[in-house]
Amino acid sequence: MSEMTQSHLTESHLTESHLTESHLTEREMAESEMTERGSTRTEAEPLLEIVMRVNGVMHTAAAPARRLLSDFLRHDLRLTGTHVGCEHGVCGACTVLVDGTPMRSCLMFAVTAQDHEITTVEGLATLDGTGAPTMSPVQQAFIECHGLQCGFCTPGFLTTITAYLRENPEPTETEAREAISGNLCRCTGYQNIVKSVLRAAEITTERGAPS
Amino acid sequence: MFGAPVQRREDPRLVTGSGRYLDDLGQGALAAAFVRSPYAHARILDIDVTAAIEVPGVIAIYTHEDLDGKTGARLPLLIPHPSMTNPMTSYCLTREVVKHVGEAVVMVVATDRYVAEDACERIKVDYEQLPVVVGLEASRAAELLVHAEAPGNVSAHMVQEVGDAAAAIAAAPHRLSLSLQIERSASMPMEGKGVYARWDSDEQSIRMYTSTQTSTGVRAAVAAKLGMPLIKVECIAPDVGGGFGVKIVHPWPEEVLIPWAARRLDAEVKWVEDRREHFISSAHERAQVQDVEVGFDDTGRVLGLSVKFWHDNGAYTPYGIIVPIITSTQLLGPYKPGAYRCEFFSMYTNTVMVTPYRGAGRPQGVYAMERTMDSIADYLGLDRTDVRSANFIQVADMPYDHGLLFQDGRPLIYDSGDFPASLAMLKALVGWDDFAAYRAQAELEGRKVGLGIGCYVEGTGVGPYEGGHIQIETTGRVNVSTGLTSQGQGHQTVFAQIVADELGVSMDDVFVTTGDTRRFAYAVGTFASRAAVMSGNAIALAARNVREKALRIAGDALEVDPRDLEIVDGIVRVKGDPESSMALATVAVLSNPLRYAFDESAKAATQFVGIGSADPSKPPVAEGEEPGLEGKDYYSPPRATFANGMHAAIVETDPETAEITILRYCVVHDCGRMINPMIVEGQVHGGVAQGVGGALYERMVYDDAGQLLNASFMDFLMPYASEVPHIETDHLETPSPLNPLGIKGAGEAGCIPVSAVIASAIEDAEGFPITSMPISPDELWDLRRQHAKGLLSGLRRGTRSTGTTTQSSAQTNPSNQTNPSNQTNPID
Amino acid sequence: MKPSAFVHHAPRGVDEATALLAEVGHDAKVLAGGQSLIPILNMRLSAPGHIVDINRISGLDTIEVTPDAVHIGALVRHAQLERHRGAIASLPLLRQALVNVAHPVIRNRGTTVGSLAHADPSGEMPAVLVLTGGYVDLASSRGTRKVTAGDFFLGPMESCLEEDEMATGASFGTFPAGTGTAFAESTRRHGDYALAGVAAAVTVVDGLIIAARVSFVSVTSTPGVLDLGSSLAGMAPEDADWASAAGLAREHVDPESDIHASAGYRRMLVGVLTARVLAEAANNATASSTASAGASANTNGSGGLSP
Repeated sequence: MSEMTQSHLTESHLTESHLTESHLTEREMAESEMTERGSTRTEAEPLLEIVMRVNGVMHTAAAPARRLLSDFLRHDLRLTGTHVGCEHGVCGACTVLVDGTPMRSCLMFAVTAQDHEITTVEGLATLDGTGAPTMSPVQQAFIECHGLQCGFCTPGFLTTITAYLRENPEPTETEAREAISGNLCRCTGYQNIVKSVLRAAEITTERGAPS
Repeated sequence: MFGAPVQRREDPRLVTGSGRYLDDLGQGALAAAFVRSPYAHARILDIDVTAAIEVPGVIAIYTHEDLDGKTGARLPLLIPHPSMTNPMTSYCLTREVVKHVGEAVVMVVATDRYVAEDACERIKVDYEQLPVVVGLEASRAAELLVHAEAPGNVSAHMVQEVGDAAAAIAAAPHRLSLSLQIERSASMPMEGKGVYARWDSDEQSIRMYTSTQTSTGVRAAVAAKLGMPLIKVECIAPDVGGGFGVKIVHPWPEEVLIPWAARRLDAEVKWVEDRREHFISSAHERAQVQDVEVGFDDTGRVLGLSVKFWHDNGAYTPYGIIVPIITSTQLLGPYKPGAYRCEFFSMYTNTVMVTPYRGAGRPQGVYAMERTMDSIADYLGLDRTDVRSANFIQVADMPYDHGLLFQDGRPLIYDSGDFPASLAMLKALVGWDDFAAYRAQAELEGRKVGLGIGCYVEGTGVGPYEGGHIQIETTGRVNVSTGLTSQGQGHQTVFAQIVADELGVSMDDVFVTTGDTRRFAYAVGTFASRAAVMSGNAIALAARNVREKALRIAGDALEVDPRDLEIVDGIVRVKGDPESSMALATVAVLSNPLRYAFDESAKAATQFVGIGSADPSKPPVAEGEEPGLEGKDYYSPPRATFANGMHAAIVETDPETAEITILRYCVVHDCGRMINPMIVEGQVHGGVAQGVGGALYERMVYDDAGQLLNASFMDFLMPYASEVPHIETDHLETPSPLNPLGIKGAGEAGCIPVSAVIASAIEDAEGFPITSMPISPDELWDLRRQHAKGLLSGLRRGTRSTGTTTQSSAQTNPSNQTNPSNQTNPID
Repeated sequence: MKPSAFVHHAPRGVDEATALLAEVGHDAKVLAGGQSLIPILNMRLSAPGHIVDINRISGLDTIEVTPDAVHIGALVRHAQLERHRGAIASLPLLRQALVNVAHPVIRNRGTTVGSLAHADPSGEMPAVLVLTGGYVDLASSRGTRKVTAGDFFLGPMESCLEEDEMATGASFGTFPAGTGTAFAESTRRHGDYALAGVAAAVTVVDGLIIAARVSFVSVTSTPGVLDLGSSLAGMAPEDADWASAAGLAREHVDPESDIHASAGYRRMLVGVLTARVLAEAANNATASSTASAGASANTNGSGGLSP
């Protein structure tokens, strides 16, 4: 980076368009920044080695201290099921389970989260005897009840409801609506999500085991 | 399958976290971020990037001066119109003067988004602040101009008239004037915008992904801007986390800049909008101020209607005047006024631009008309549904020509609809005639309740066209593609339902692709509730073509008349003789005469294997034929098809705090034949929720300096489940005669009348008119105090029940309670 | 919206943490729950060079119930306190208020002590702290101190914490026998910041009110207590003039206007809510004094003994 500064970009006055002349150097700089894995790193900011158990699997990746858990999951671990809607904790799309308890992953740093067991939407289904995935009761209910449209908010609802039903296995409709009143959805108007909560409780009972 | 509430094909993927939204792609790409203007109106004096260059990981920094060729010119005016005298679009990066907070000034490309934001923070832009115009009042006063090129801050001025409205009003037995205000908010999908572009230097081509409602539109615009042949640009819409209108605008500056940077840097570049950026630099749909004059007779029939309104279009007008045009035409709803005149001014302000948000101007038009209907009913002491009925277009009147031009430039002619039947169904659903008794009981308990209603007609399925392509592979897999896009409407399901029915195959064998220019290159986009109508019909027509070809080939091979064949579960068979059959997969093999067998099944098509009557004098591919089992067709409608709906709501207002609760919300909806009733109902629910948000909670709040005060989800109040009522729906189906499937659009229905319905219900509870929406408890509390002080006249009926009211003002309330505000003043 | 870079410290003990603060406290923030801090960092409204992440400090997640107080450590999550039977039995007001703090998922991570240290005038727990006559435990390399609620909150978003200090715990005082409490707030949406909120503690002995105090949320710049004893003492709850007490509350508060509500509207809400919570608290006082052990009437947010 310092080479670039000295030889090409000593002045900032834009009419000289020195930035455009140096694009070859820019590309070279870009390539040298990339690691083999395709992920990128910055020079000056120290990287921490973060070891995190996600969906039962131990992962290790290097990331700076300020890396939000949401970004760590999505970009450092390539688990893109958890979505980012606001980065200020209001929409709930980023909700994951931390030791089984739902929390906003956009409001945690990966470095703090590594002390815990994380479950994301990718970890909700189970594998049956042949290795094929079986939808969890909550996932199955969403499919049956048309509980999603664009699907962007859905992972946050799925984790939240999974945890909720463990504590409250037989909610009333009013309780189900209250349980989902901390997550935003712009597509469904919530009605079919409420239905999905109740149906998930039913499926859990039908399957005869907790979700 | 058509008409069945089948579960969605999309869902297993999406509920397991296997969706592929924009930011899930391009994990190794460089990241872009922008320096955006903190001021609403300012000249850029200098941009100093020295400190930003020092940030490790910064790859490039660009300003307007770096934009070569057409990328440096203004973005296109997508929908020109003769009334649009002073359009204005922005540059991709500000050239000289920013016109709203959030305008992109500098683009930074870096190794990741964190670094890019670090660099942006260190860029110093020197601004000379200029005077700011915010709000319609300031814009109309025009003491200050947003653009020197737009005198009076007017971007467009339009008048449409049928008959002589002024004369009809003057001659009418009764007259009323209303001053109304309505504000909407913004689409606010849960996923913001995003663009990911790859430059292929070997091919000298671009492949870009963007969270858009029109990949063909973006492709064409980007090719034009980058000076590239169309064939060298491909554009794909991945899974999109909601659009609701904001993603139909194109090209966004970023949609040009990201592929431009990718080509420039010979790299993959990605930009993912954060929530604050979405608030301040995408698009809203905001305020209209409406003046209504209406003349009517003793039954409430409208003899003349004249509407004049001012529409805030923000700082730029890339989408033209579609929103106010829709307001002015859809205002008519299910009614046939004697004479009608609508005039509007579209006005500039130093705020984010205004482009369609679900409903796209219809909510504003419906609001004007429905408030007028309620006012007429109150003035005459008639039931609000009786006044509406007196004005309905009747079934016998269909098709009904209003004599106006709609947003597609075509005549506004309603094709079908049974408004009296819709109304009867709604009254039954909500218990319209029982409300007086319900209110009486509530009043005994010290509660304030009100009943409201709103009716609308929605032009859907506008052209110019959409297309469908079907290809059956030799495995029996059916590939379907159409060029428009998906943002959660279940297209992969509903289009598969259509094909399954038309072809006679299992839905499980049908795979639908939308929004990918590599698969289908001629398309318009997803908006105006058009996808089912346009692509649904095009796909059905394409499927019929394929079916016909399959039966012809199978008929040849089986030596039977194609008319004696049917296709059931992917097997072509003779009707009444199921043993004589051939799998569609085999037909696909036979359709493509081969020299080389690429697998076992392909052997049957090679030249030395005798097939049926292989006449050596005829070519393997007959004249006029094409190899393969494929069909393509387009649907281009003569004009839009008109869906309709009617909503009713019962609200309760707290006597002390004026907090507003919706106790019941009822929807009767007619979108013609429904492909998947479960999906239609889901669309209605979502629309109503946005309508409730827009009526009671959401509003973009700009201060006088043009700062958006609520640019986050903490202060922009989108409803949670706790704020949205349970929605009761019922359906009517009056098929459209205009298209082969008889369908009408459904996407926007839920949100269109909601502000009108809630205003109607609150005013019914309070006994004074509600003329401005949205409304908060604070605002309602303030209106109550004004009314108590005599500063705000009440309704003629006060808070008396509807349904059995007569013209007499001496009606006693069944519960013998005196109403606190028993006013009989006429409204003015 | 990504935060600026910082150096992350994860001390294992309070001493280590305070030593760090002694060194970098001028450019540091303490991270516990992060539900208030991290949005601020993400929006770059604050860019501390150092984050002292106390989540690895053991021993700070305890809840101790004594006859006089409920004492919580700095890492006690709202959700943990909300579910602690002993604490709630001892001081029902805690749960009555906690269920109004944001949403359950935020409460799973956010800490009550962190909420106090944040000193947001729209926070519920500062109002509870002052009403219960509580205090906050502070620690620095210079030693420890307890600061009473009245002295802890200096202004909006401002506590008396010095740069090198951290809060290690807080103590909420319990009420004398015969006291009932209640909490109510008005929000635009479920879980939002309150437009106005009121917490009340009413003591009823031998059928007569002997004490009545309220504190407020969102309508004063620092949390404070309004003593309504002089206007209500000596009355039986069923004869009490709640409306007049509500009038005193309306006069006492100093609300501001913002985009969600005007000052006048908030003032009106204070009156309505005060009358409501005083009546409810008095009702709970009578209920608790006549309830037999184990019986309870627990309605969400309105007090009573939890089962």
